[in-house]
Amino acid sequence: MYALWRRELKRFIRDRSRLISSIITPLLWLVIFGSGLRFSISVPGFNYQQFLLPGIIAQTLLFTAIFLGISVIWDRQFGFMKEILVAPIGRISIFAGKMFGVGTAAMFQGIIVIMLGFVIGVPLTLYGVSLAIPLMILITVGLSCIGLIIASLMTSLESFGTIVTFVNMPMFFLSGALFPVTNLPSWIKWVFYINPLTYGVDTLRSVMIPGWHTIMPLYYEILIICVFDVAITVIGTYLFSKRQ
Amino acid sequence: MTVAIETTDLTKRFKSLIAVDKVNIKVDQGEIFGLLGPNGAGKSTFISMLCTILKPSSGTAKVEGYDIVHEAADVRRSIGIVFQDPSIDDKLTGMENMELHADLYDVPRDVMHSRIEEVLKLVELEDRASSLLNTYSGGMRRRLEIARSLIHYPRVLFLDEPTLGLDPQSRDHIWSYIKDLKKRENITIILTTHYMEEADKLCDRIAIIDKSKIITMDTPQNLRSELAGETIIIESKNNNLLSEKIAEAKLVDNIIKTDKELNLIVKNAHTTLARIVELAVSSGVYIDNIAIREPDLNDVFMYFTGREIRENGGSKELTGMAARMRGRIK
Repeated sequence: MYALWRRELKRFIRDRSRLISSIITPLLWLVIFGSGLRFSISVPGFNYQQFLLPGIIAQTLLFTAIFLGISVIWDRQFGFMKEILVAPIGRISIFAGKMFGVGTAAMFQGIIVIMLGFVIGVPLTLYGVSLAIPLMILITVGLSCIGLIIASLMTSLESFGTIVTFVNMPMFFLSGALFPVTNLPSWIKWVFYINPLTYGVDTLRSVMIPGWHTIMPLYYEILIICVFDVAITVIGTYLFSKRQ
Repeated sequence: MTVAIETTDLTKRFKSLIAVDKVNIKVDQGEIFGLLGPNGAGKSTFISMLCTILKPSSGTAKVEGYDIVHEAADVRRSIGIVFQDPSIDDKLTGMENMELHADLYDVPRDVMHSRIEEVLKLVELEDRASSLLNTYSGGMRRRLEIARSLIHYPRVLFLDEPTLGLDPQSRDHIWSYIKDLKKRENITIILTTHYMEEADKLCDRIAIIDKSKIITMDTPQNLRSELAGETIIIESKNNNLLSEKIAEAKLVDNIIKTDKELNLIVKNAHTTLARIVELAVSSGVYIDNIAIREPDLNDVFMYFTGREIRENGGSKELTGMAARMRGRIK
């Protein structure tokens, strides 16, 4: 499992274009989107960029973790999956190796976003960041599984891309990453409430922005994320073992 | 001799298609055993079952004494595999691919590097170990895969079309590695191929597989001799007279006349040849040229698959099949 984890990381680090885009994309969101929307979206009592940063962290985790599920399809197409599947290790270890590999890469990008936030002058405290990181790990576990599940079910790179966009976009836009959920009319709120990422964004805000009021008590939200993680890991392991 | 692999009525069905049909083989330890057959005959499916990648629909098999279904993990630890399609990671270096494999197979850390060095030397890739795989040529990748499959000291090595798509030079290289390997390590090697030459040169025994069934199984030499012997090819000034005389004397099993040659099918060319020459001299026929051709596996394959097809199909299909086979083989 450790060997597989290390392989995922090596592949991730060697992909220069991905590393560069992982810096540019969140920067664009933070700077351009952040400056533009500052005037149209009001978050009473908070600086918009400060409000936006946890949202963009969650977005980066979401996009990276789900997208990297593609490695399953990649491995299958280039034959490497066979080498892993025929080795004397269980399907669960293979899935876990992939999950931790993808998760670590996503975390890596998430931390880059925090540093970018710091560079462009978003007020951050060391204490806030140190609490944010374990939360990010918690969020990433579930998200990596989503990507791996999609990849387990898909057979081609193209169909994976299509489905991922279908999953990514609604999860991102309906998570409150860009605007506060509490201001929304109640008929649309339930869509946000069934999205696990909503709680990811909200808990991140609660530790990174002093004085932030969570939608539900913080413990409930963390509990929801944990339940989601466990459920999706079980489903993912099952589907992966069955489909390979 | 200990038995390395034994299958009992091993069968694999994919919905309506039967890919492997009640195959029974027994491979001794230290043997190079070849599965020879056209594409789609069921060779890879058969191997995949032995490697525990596919579960058999019925029947059983044992590899190194372990059941392929109930003791799959033990089977996996005792085998090495080189797949038909490449299965190495392009974005890693040769060394990293090897280390990853060693980790997956629980090779102890302290012996890992000496073993990797050893197998890389075997395939002469030790000085390329630190290059990324995408700088390797097709033949080098294949050699690396063979080296990789040996790191964990497998007792049985499966090679699925080991030289498919390689240039003649790399093919020769890989053949000599395989022969060397058998001599040095005394491991059992199972290889599939649709190249006659490959099966002929490398294998101690061959099973000819066609349409999911094993048609025949023997050493390359025996398979050849099973084809009613050899062919004597004669060119003479008077082919008609000579063939009449030969037929009268009942010297040969079969005579096939072509434009300028006589093809005589005989059991033993060397003893019959003298009698034929005598006969030609006594009947005053001047012989221009005489040649003996031993049947190669190509003939064997045609002979057996031809018969198989005749049993359940028309002769039209036979000629079509034979033509296709020939196209594939050459």
